[in-house]
Amino acid sequence: MAGPTIDLVEKAKWVWRETLAIHRRAPETRLASSLSSVEIFVALYYGKVLKFYPSMPLDQRRDRCIISKGHGSICMYPILADLGFFSLEELQRVCKRGSFLGGIPDPVIPGYETVNGSLGHGLGVATGMALALKRKKQDSKVFVITGDGELHEGANWEAIMFASQHNLDNLVLVVDENSISMLGHTDEIVSHGSLSSRLSAFGWECAEVDGHDVYALQTLLKSKVTNLGKPKAIIARTRKGRGIPGLENAPLSHVMNPQTELIDRLLEDLR
Amino acid sequence: MIVKPVAMRDALLERVWSQMADDQTIFFVTADFGSPVLDKIRVDYPNRFVNVGIAEQNLINISAGLALEGYTVFAYAIAPFITMRCYEQIRVSLALLSEVRRMNVTLIGVGAGYSYVVSGPTHQCYEDLTLMRCLPNFKVFSPADHITAAELFDTCLNTAGPKYLRLDAQVLPVIYSDTLPSVSVGFHVHQTGETLCFIATGYMLHTALDIANRFASKGLFVGVIDLFDLVSFDTNHLASVIKPYSALVSLEEGFRGRGGLDSLLFEFIARRSLPLQMLNIGVEGGYSFELGTRTELHEAAGIGPNAIMQGVKNFLKSIQGIHPPSSLLA
Repeated sequence: MAGPTIDLVEKAKWVWRETLAIHRRAPETRLASSLSSVEIFVALYYGKVLKFYPSMPLDQRRDRCIISKGHGSICMYPILADLGFFSLEELQRVCKRGSFLGGIPDPVIPGYETVNGSLGHGLGVATGMALALKRKKQDSKVFVITGDGELHEGANWEAIMFASQHNLDNLVLVVDENSISMLGHTDEIVSHGSLSSRLSAFGWECAEVDGHDVYALQTLLKSKVTNLGKPKAIIARTRKGRGIPGLENAPLSHVMNPQTELIDRLLEDLR
Repeated sequence: MIVKPVAMRDALLERVWSQMADDQTIFFVTADFGSPVLDKIRVDYPNRFVNVGIAEQNLINISAGLALEGYTVFAYAIAPFITMRCYEQIRVSLALLSEVRRMNVTLIGVGAGYSYVVSGPTHQCYEDLTLMRCLPNFKVFSPADHITAAELFDTCLNTAGPKYLRLDAQVLPVIYSDTLPSVSVGFHVHQTGETLCFIATGYMLHTALDIANRFASKGLFVGVIDLFDLVSFDTNHLASVIKPYSALVSLEEGFRGRGGLDSLLFEFIARRSLPLQMLNIGVEGGYSFELGTRTELHEAAGIGPNAIMQGVKNFLKSIQGIHPPSSLLA
């Protein structure tokens, strides 16, 4: 995408702050899993990775971005508003009657493509879209963002096998590997071991990255696939609830809400 | 006119194959399930065919993704697997997503009722009509012969949204050799009668017509209706057709009293306050591991001709003000 170069670190700080402010107004939103994915979405949307058209969200030329970890993507609300998919005033009405910005994002939101509330559906649908684009010889890419806990859903692995079988090198999976699902660390629930080893064994091209290093993410997301013909996975190692004392990397962070006094202090510190 | 019966799936897939030559948007997806006509599709149109393997959840997800990109998708598998194995995928990425995105996906499930006769209850399917008709945005079709299955193709092709087509696994006798079923009406009146009207779907239409013939030889003339569209049939028309009768008999190859055709008709007559009594013919009890012919399995489940004849006679005796021919009740 053309346009001025944006300071991605500063943008990520702004998105972090706005996400926290939304959670302050709408405590029903999932904060911890929405903070682990901030830099992933900033790199995708501000790092000249994705092609998108805010006034025509479903324009055929766009890259498809399937946000499978729906509830953990509240940080997308300020991003989409900032980019002009809808007005910034909408951010004041999250979870309120009449708003389209819910506790879990739905495809009534301009910029969201699929139903995301139920986990483990995005990757399969994204794989179908990638197959369609290949067969129609359209050069758009399909990005899909999942959590690591979500990869416990078996349907993902049906899609993972299918994508490599059909050489879907237009498909990029970004795993927000914050290592915590609702009841604790995924390693202690059902461990994935090394996700990149597993996905490589399934025929995917894999890379691991510090998921809070927005420029490293940008570089990886923009880099050409080295082995043409393989779907690509980026394992972004992140920290759930990043930046919130008491919440960051806490086993039960998924269902924890920080005290409003703490949120207010953190927001004040960032002014 | 003599029409040689073929399998419903081959009649339908023949139409799909034929249309694929002109319509570049048709995509066929199977979960490793075949048919002779499917071989033509995968040879002639490899770019618009994919086999996802034995993976019905992925079958639905891939189909949803293809449909979002503008393909008209036909997804194909064995009936219990394409409905129940992947029900949440169907709910989320077809029924729910089609609220906001235009998607044209037809799920073709082969193996209605007991049609996989000796394969037992994993492959038999008695719950799908209930499960699929309760999903908003879904249309549900249950044809009784291959002519109807083929006739439904145009509807599937031209109607946006998700659809479920329940096909029999066996080659069934042809019913619509002279008059085609009216797809826009959603049901077909085969014969009118007095007092009693049978409303059947799928294979049970054959049983209903058989019993109606046997009753006619004893002086009882019953109506017979084939309800092959269980969601979007012409409700006013059906109400006017069944109004003259005193009682209905619903016949389905699915569990009785669990939300299938019988529930549909109960709701229908109750909402319209139609003063009709009803007898429901459906699979009694639960799952069964019995072996036998389809007719023997039907008799054991309470949906065979003899069981139904006896049930109808008892039903007639129980309805006040009805005087069936004495030869019938003898």
